[in-house]
Amino acid sequence: MSFHPNAVQGRARVASALLFLMFLFLGGSFFRTQVLQGARYHLQSEENRLRELPLPAPRGVIYDRTGRVIAENLPGYAISLLARNEDSLRVMMRRIGQVVPVTPEQTGAAVRRFRREPTRPTVLFPDAPFALVSALEERRLEFPGLIIQSAPKRHYPDGPAVSALVGYTGEISEIELGQERFAEYKPGQQVGKDGIERQYEARLRGREGARYVEVDARGRVVREQARPDQVPEAPPALYTNIDLDLQRFVHELFGDSLIGGVVAMEPRSGEVLALHSAPTFDPNQFIGGIPRDYWSELQGDPRRPLYNKAIKGTYPPGSIWKLHTSIIAMEAKQVRIDERMPVPCRGGFQFGNRFFRCWKEDGHGDVTLAQALEVSCDTYFYQLGIRIGLQSLVAGGIRLGSRDRSGIDLPAESRPLFPSDPAREYYDRLFGPQGWTQAVSLNLAIGQGENSQTVVNLARFYTALATDGAAARPEVVRGESERTPLFNITPAQLRALQEAMAAVVGTGTAAGSRLEGITVAGKTGTAQNAQDAERDHAWFAGYAPADDPKIVVAVLLEFGGGGSRAARVAARIIEHYLKGQVVSLPPTEGP
Amino acid sequence: MRSQVVPTEWPLVALALLLTACGVAMVYSAGQTDVPNFVEGIWRTQVLWAVLGIGTAYVTSRLSVRLLEWGAVPLYLVAVFLLVLLLFIGTGAGTAAGTKSWLTIGGVRLGQPSELAKVAVVLMLARVLSAERTAPTSLFGLWRPALIVGVPWLLIMAQPDLGTGIVFIGIFFAMLFWSGVSWPLLLMAASPGISLILAFSTGVWGAWFLLLLALVAWKRPSWIESTAIVGANVAMGVVAPILWERLNPYQQRRLLVFLDPSSDPRASGYHLIQSQVAIGSGGFFGKGFTDGSQKRLAFLPEQHTDFIYAVVGEEFGFVGVGFVLALFCILLLRTVRIAARSANPFASLVAFGLTAAFFTHIVVNVGMTIGLMPITGIPLPFFSYGGSFMLACWLSIGILALVSSEGRGRADGLVI
Repeated sequence: MSFHPNAVQGRARVASALLFLMFLFLGGSFFRTQVLQGARYHLQSEENRLRELPLPAPRGVIYDRTGRVIAENLPGYAISLLARNEDSLRVMMRRIGQVVPVTPEQTGAAVRRFRREPTRPTVLFPDAPFALVSALEERRLEFPGLIIQSAPKRHYPDGPAVSALVGYTGEISEIELGQERFAEYKPGQQVGKDGIERQYEARLRGREGARYVEVDARGRVVREQARPDQVPEAPPALYTNIDLDLQRFVHELFGDSLIGGVVAMEPRSGEVLALHSAPTFDPNQFIGGIPRDYWSELQGDPRRPLYNKAIKGTYPPGSIWKLHTSIIAMEAKQVRIDERMPVPCRGGFQFGNRFFRCWKEDGHGDVTLAQALEVSCDTYFYQLGIRIGLQSLVAGGIRLGSRDRSGIDLPAESRPLFPSDPAREYYDRLFGPQGWTQAVSLNLAIGQGENSQTVVNLARFYTALATDGAAARPEVVRGESERTPLFNITPAQLRALQEAMAAVVGTGTAAGSRLEGITVAGKTGTAQNAQDAERDHAWFAGYAPADDPKIVVAVLLEFGGGGSRAARVAARIIEHYLKGQVVSLPPTEGP
Repeated sequence: MRSQVVPTEWPLVALALLLTACGVAMVYSAGQTDVPNFVEGIWRTQVLWAVLGIGTAYVTSRLSVRLLEWGAVPLYLVAVFLLVLLLFIGTGAGTAAGTKSWLTIGGVRLGQPSELAKVAVVLMLARVLSAERTAPTSLFGLWRPALIVGVPWLLIMAQPDLGTGIVFIGIFFAMLFWSGVSWPLLLMAASPGISLILAFSTGVWGAWFLLLLALVAWKRPSWIESTAIVGANVAMGVVAPILWERLNPYQQRRLLVFLDPSSDPRASGYHLIQSQVAIGSGGFFGKGFTDGSQKRLAFLPEQHTDFIYAVVGEEFGFVGVGFVLALFCILLLRTVRIAARSANPFASLVAFGLTAAFFTHIVVNVGMTIGLMPITGIPLPFFSYGGSFMLACWLSIGILALVSSEGRGRADGLVI
């Protein structure tokens, strides 16, 4: 080998230089990782070691207009698990199953929650009964990673009385989690499912807090409270326009025997005082998962308790739509309040080859418009319908809001069913060009035919009749009244219609519902329906006191028979509300 | 002359002692976790091994270079014999549970013969290279050194232990360089391996191949050699990737796992990420001795062996990392100096070979913890927990001290 000192010295220089450069390079790499990228890795190490345990926030309390509680929160428990993977989650569920009964559905739900959000503690039992909590608490050491924490539980003190209004909450569903409006939600969280709870979800949802625990690489909790807790925050309370006392009264009034829907409103502001659908269900049973047998009981009930008859159900309006017909004719100056029709009522009206019956076989004789409203004479309105003509009747009905939703601040209000403009095209589409005659306008004029309305939308229409012709949008929570002028008739004409409606309850079809000291005005309706030819739907929409309306009520009784029965229900509601008002309000005029 | 007592190479010993002290402290810290396991108490064992190693070093430094030269052949033969034996009775342990690196008799693990083989190969190679009058000038002239390294290397790759295999390659090229083999020849010898590494990109490999052709044209080795070099490079750079592509992914994985048991993509990916997070989160000053959270919570794998440098990085930050790297750098500059100053060619080659062994260990291990090097189970001198390795490191220090103390006559004027 060549081992001359000079050669060795040269090689030593080269070797030392290479060595030094390599160490410099290593040092530089560490400088990059530790100093330049240190912050990023620090964050990553925190993510590694800290687990955020969500602390569920209470939902906002819902009050009625006087501060009585509609929805509140009770202490409850949720049990979650910090699982490393799906297998360990399943193993844990099996082991819990040896201590307390666990259904396959519960395991399946837990696995689905884990798959969606594996880094978050997986909720095993969203609303754990106390027995389960204490059983697991006793064996805590056997279940590492199990987290038992308090989770506020929704409670409705008046349960069934408010279910149509307030709705209920439940665990957010898979479908909802995929929607943009729930982008910030996590599996296992509670969300409003219906009613006010759903409509005002954003205002009712609290801010979830967090507890930070330190875990090791296997997910076992090593240290509690590794960082100060982030306390969950409840949102400010939600005040509604509901009069809980009236709401309870309506619920009791319907009891278990009547089926139907009610909307009671303040006529000028549109504030919803009560909204009810009977029969009801108990929303408290829905919290923390609906029990299977309760669900099937509700589903199997032919009276459809889950179907909201105040805002979702649509029904032929029958005679209460005669006010619409009257106004359309008055706007076109086709009729005066004291005008009589060519053919007096002899129990019906011959049109072409068809005889159209009046509800009263004996007939009403020769009546004016005011009298026709009072006694609900069909013969009169058949002729009025012909006079208006189909196209104007449809266009007028649309203008009066018969095709629009009321705009109430509750979810899933149905759109009423009514012909579209132009009428000819609508009927051609529906029956074929040769399949119909002008006779459809006779049916339309008395609120039958292609017309199906929600209770809430008719309540809105009657706020216009009760006041100056402007309809108030129903407001459950909102404070922003919105009144839309509907009629183009003179104040004198409106007053004449109001007098006719007062006569309905005074001496007309709803005379049996007269109240002591309170003048009620309104209109009854008895609507034939396709489901049951024998039993008609009963309607009443009206307001009181007639001279200074404080409340508008629309009542529908499914298969309830005559409109006078609905009128009696409405009168009781009005009486309860106004008598209560008299008691609670100090006299404004005094000596 | 032995009577003439030359003071021991004290800076070398002081550096090694300091590094060992740091290393034992880190092994202690590696055991301080929130998830107690056996690692908690192993620092005591490590102290024992360190003491044993220092004793070995002391005894070795009192020997003579001649004895080493005489002992090189039998030591080499014993090492090769043990490596052959391992193929039949070897057992796995620790990081490399699937390999046959351990010599176990009667259920007692005696140690890893590959550690002994490193020292033996250095001695043997030094003996052969120093015996020749001139350094080899042709590829075929390298057959004896190649054989000396190749036999134990193949036996170790069969265990399989890729990491230790890399150390042998480092020793081989470093000692050829030190013996005066010209760099073009070294480059030609290394070219097939370089081709294999560069084969991932056709463009890069093409550029390298043109460079190699120019080198061959310039140096004009015999036509057989030229053909062999070009052929080997084409095989490694073109044929190997094509064959590799033809394999099913599971076959590729099997081959990789065969070459290196810890190369299971998910596991090694996890190791690397956790190691980088630990080091990166240490920042400039670190989280404090024993307080590394990634280590404490068991996110950091193999924190007492292969990834102990990540503990240094997490707990002492860039300051600690820089300090330890500086110590290693000074130590190696010192041993290069010892090699350069030795009047005895054999002793000089031994010193440089041991330097190369240390260097390869440090660069591959430290580089692996921050992703500069592939993850191979290779320990960090004086730090990683392990008996045989600690003994081998201190044995090397002892030999270096011996080389330094003996025959320093000729190069007094040499300053590096």
